[in-house]
Amino acid sequence: MSTDSHTSHAIAPKTGHDDVHGHGDGHPVSTFKGYMTGFVLSVILTAIPFWLVMSGALDSKTATAVAILAIGAVQIVVHMIYFLHMTPSSEGGWTLMALIFTVVMVVITLTGSLWVMYHLNTNMMPMDPSQLP
Amino acid sequence: MFENFDLQKAIFGRLSLESIPYHEPILLATFIAVLIGGAVVVGAITYFKLWGYLWHEWFTSVDHKRIGVMYIVLGLVMLLRGFADAIMMRAQQAIAFNGNEGYLPAHHFDQIFTAHGVIMIFFVAMPLVTGLMNFVVPLQIGARDVAFPFLNNFSFWMTVSGAILVMASLFVGEFARTGWLAYPPLSNYAYSPDVGVDYYIWALQIAGVGTLLSGVNLIATIVKMRAPGMTMMKMPVFTWTSLCTNILIVAAFPVLTGVLVLLSLDRYVGTNFFTNDFGGNPMMYVNLIWIWGHPEVYILVLPAFGVFSEVTATFCGKRLFGYTSMVYATVVITILSYLVWLHHFFTMGSGASVNSFFGITTMIISIPTGAKLFNWLFTMYRGRIRFELPMMWTVAFMLTFVIGGMTGVLLAVPPADFVLHNSLFLIAHFHNVIIGGVVFGMFAGITYWFPKAIGFRLDPFWGKMSFWFWVSGFYFAFMPLYALGLMGVTRRLRVFDDPSLQIYFVVAAFGALLIALGIGSFLVQIAVSIKNREKLRDVTGDPWNARTLEWSTSSPPPVYNFAFTPVVYDHDAWWDMKEHGYKRPLSGFKPIHMPKNTSAGIILAGICFVTGFALIWYIWWLAALGFVSLIATAIGHTFNYNRGFSIPAQQVVETERERTALLQSAGA
Amino acid sequence: MASVTADASAAEAGSANEQPVFYVTDEHEHAEGGSTQLGFWLYLMSDCLVFAVLFATYGVLGGSFAAGPSPKDLFDLPLVALNTTMLLLSSITYGFAVLEMQKNRVSPMLLWLAITGLFGAAFLGIELFEFTHMILEGATPKRSAFLSSFFTLVGTHGLHVTFGIIWMITLIVQVRMFGLTDANKRRLLCLSMFWHFLDVVWIGVFTFVYLMGVLR
Repeated sequence: MSTDSHTSHAIAPKTGHDDVHGHGDGHPVSTFKGYMTGFVLSVILTAIPFWLVMSGALDSKTATAVAILAIGAVQIVVHMIYFLHMTPSSEGGWTLMALIFTVVMVVITLTGSLWVMYHLNTNMMPMDPSQLP
Repeated sequence: MFENFDLQKAIFGRLSLESIPYHEPILLATFIAVLIGGAVVVGAITYFKLWGYLWHEWFTSVDHKRIGVMYIVLGLVMLLRGFADAIMMRAQQAIAFNGNEGYLPAHHFDQIFTAHGVIMIFFVAMPLVTGLMNFVVPLQIGARDVAFPFLNNFSFWMTVSGAILVMASLFVGEFARTGWLAYPPLSNYAYSPDVGVDYYIWALQIAGVGTLLSGVNLIATIVKMRAPGMTMMKMPVFTWTSLCTNILIVAAFPVLTGVLVLLSLDRYVGTNFFTNDFGGNPMMYVNLIWIWGHPEVYILVLPAFGVFSEVTATFCGKRLFGYTSMVYATVVITILSYLVWLHHFFTMGSGASVNSFFGITTMIISIPTGAKLFNWLFTMYRGRIRFELPMMWTVAFMLTFVIGGMTGVLLAVPPADFVLHNSLFLIAHFHNVIIGGVVFGMFAGITYWFPKAIGFRLDPFWGKMSFWFWVSGFYFAFMPLYALGLMGVTRRLRVFDDPSLQIYFVVAAFGALLIALGIGSFLVQIAVSIKNREKLRDVTGDPWNARTLEWSTSSPPPVYNFAFTPVVYDHDAWWDMKEHGYKRPLSGFKPIHMPKNTSAGIILAGICFVTGFALIWYIWWLAALGFVSLIATAIGHTFNYNRGFSIPAQQVVETERERTALLQSAGA
Repeated sequence: MASVTADASAAEAGSANEQPVFYVTDEHEHAEGGSTQLGFWLYLMSDCLVFAVLFATYGVLGGSFAAGPSPKDLFDLPLVALNTTMLLLSSITYGFAVLEMQKNRVSPMLLWLAITGLFGAAFLGIELFEFTHMILEGATPKRSAFLSSFFTLVGTHGLHVTFGIIWMITLIVQVRMFGLTDANKRRLLCLSMFWHFLDVVWIGVFTFVYLMGVLR
């Protein structure tokens, strides 16, 4: 086993730390421009959904709901980038990886629970009198 | 008179002399035994003047090795309690036939099966697993400690606080009578107004915080502190499984915390999450708690898989077969374990589409697990297998776990589950995987790493006794339960009507007795090993001719683990070093920076215990005081900036010289 | 634990075809707190899942009014908009504090931190006003599963903001006492993550709870 005496012995091995910034805190430097961009964008992205709901600009409730959920999602991304400084390279990509994993878990928890409980309610608690025997 | 009564309530809440169960002979006897035993231990420690040593060297230690050992001691102590519950249940069920009510009254029996489950999962399996990871992972990756040493100490003491709360419920008040997951509406205030469920909630919340923090800690350690050259795909398999386990801990334990908060709000504030009125839905609790609960079983079993991988490779003298597939299988299990939770409640009534989705995901998860089994088998194939104890546990695991896995796939079929749900078949299944997987794995791990941790090997004779008693005892205890379950006997029953069933329960009780002998032999094994420690001493640091970095340092390792940080080229780093003529450095030592010990962890956890106790007994002033002092102490601790110290080079030279002498004495 | 340069020099020492180098000889002192940012981020991820549970509970039980008040009867959108503004402003002011911190200017940093804390307190005040108003109307957490899950979700967020403010005060004291040391900078950046994370959660709250609730 391991007989090839891997040529890499002579070569500088890659560091095991995925810390690309060396020893400093791997936090990217924040800029005024970055914060202001994020702020302006999030003000806009907050104002639009409130306006949509309060004025009833869209006729269809479903369309409004889809719109505000989509805008909310965009705003979360804006915050992640401009305020939380999410970049693929921070901490060697581990923060982003953790975030993606968490988002998957959150989505599973949310949609799973809603799906499971919705089916339970339709099957076990018929609310519509016509469904009752 | 009336005023007095109110004053007493204000000071002591629900707590009164009536809360001490002195009218129950079994509990009273246990209490007296524990008191005497406790007095003996305390007396012995005082007599040998060990308090200072324990406090300075162990309780306040931030050394990951010592914390790991303390976790394992905690797990083994709690195993005795959890097993006492088990054997009481087995005895009750073996005799409660033909109108015989047995010896346990219903409300006591219900507490016992709840306590058994809670203790075995949270305070036996979790500490053993966390302890092993704590001890082994930093050594395997060539680090000197974990990423957050103080947090590590704090996590441990939080787990202890939770364990003490559960133990306290035995003698002050009572424990929950709800089953180990405390399903509402039974666990809600309307049906369980006593302190039992509150003990349950706060014990798990406090221990859960500890578990979560140690999860964060170990992930950060593995990600940030690997030795130079150790890329992800060169990490030892145990470190890989630990990483995945801790990812699962960080992803799953918040769900447990969240759902228990909701249950406590129902109980304390009167909200309507899981009630039957005002729109509450008890099934939401079941849904949420299993979102934690299913990943939890993988949290327990993945490190065991890691142990078996290390053990198989070491004792077959071969590189692990299919390292890459092993890693991918672990990662796939990590993700899939989050997609199967509904199989615990197929019978809830979500309908065919939901049930078939979760049934299929459950069956899929057996594929990566099966792949792992083949990897171990192929590692053994044409290996020079040494049947030392860890390897024996591994083989027993492979045989036993396959049976458990197959009954699991059986249960994953929703129509079959409708028949077998909550039957003893299910009980047999999960004991089959947890004992056959986790417990065997922990015994393999403890035997394997014991010489590294303590400095001498465990006595093989008593180890083999323990092994055979455990394995045969397991089969005697649980095979009858499969049969009973198929006949339709449900779990948690205290008395039985059908006399033809009795023989099965008697056989199961006999199995439990064998397991008791197994645990006894294990304790004897430790005692005998301590007695013969000079004969069993490991001077080489590598008693098994093993393959990973932890065996490159002395046994037990020095505080700083490695005088020089190792450089890694291969995933069996130590084997690679041995193959390529590694020479231990004998000079050029430098001072080593290490974290300082601190008592903050034990103090904070102590305050948590008091606060939890006050909340359980409605002693509001004490709870408020505890909460405020908790925050104040935590903030106070952040004012301590000076958390490290340097081990002088001279001391390192001294330690390493001792090792050199030891190695020479061994003729190495 | 060793730095990148150390590995390189170690490997160079053992040039080709000689003994491979199996340990780092030229070891640098290990900087403390190198894992703090990642560790804190992992904690935040776990907090995300606590909120996921609360959101899921609200999603499942949010329609169970038990013949009690519904979101339409209770929610006051202009007030929520005001509250959102407070939190957004506190976010940008924390950003200014971080910018001052990078320039090592203690006093302006402390000023922006204090302003952030005040916006946070304003947010909490408005939220408490809203809660009292609802409770006085009889819409207590006990009234229905909808209200239980509403109060718990929004309240948990508020509790986090409270702890954020306590932490901020602690840090103001610590920076005044010990200056902008590496440890304090690390803590300020952790709190920054915490504070912006609460913003992200609040986006979920006002979208999913308030706006969708009124829309329903």
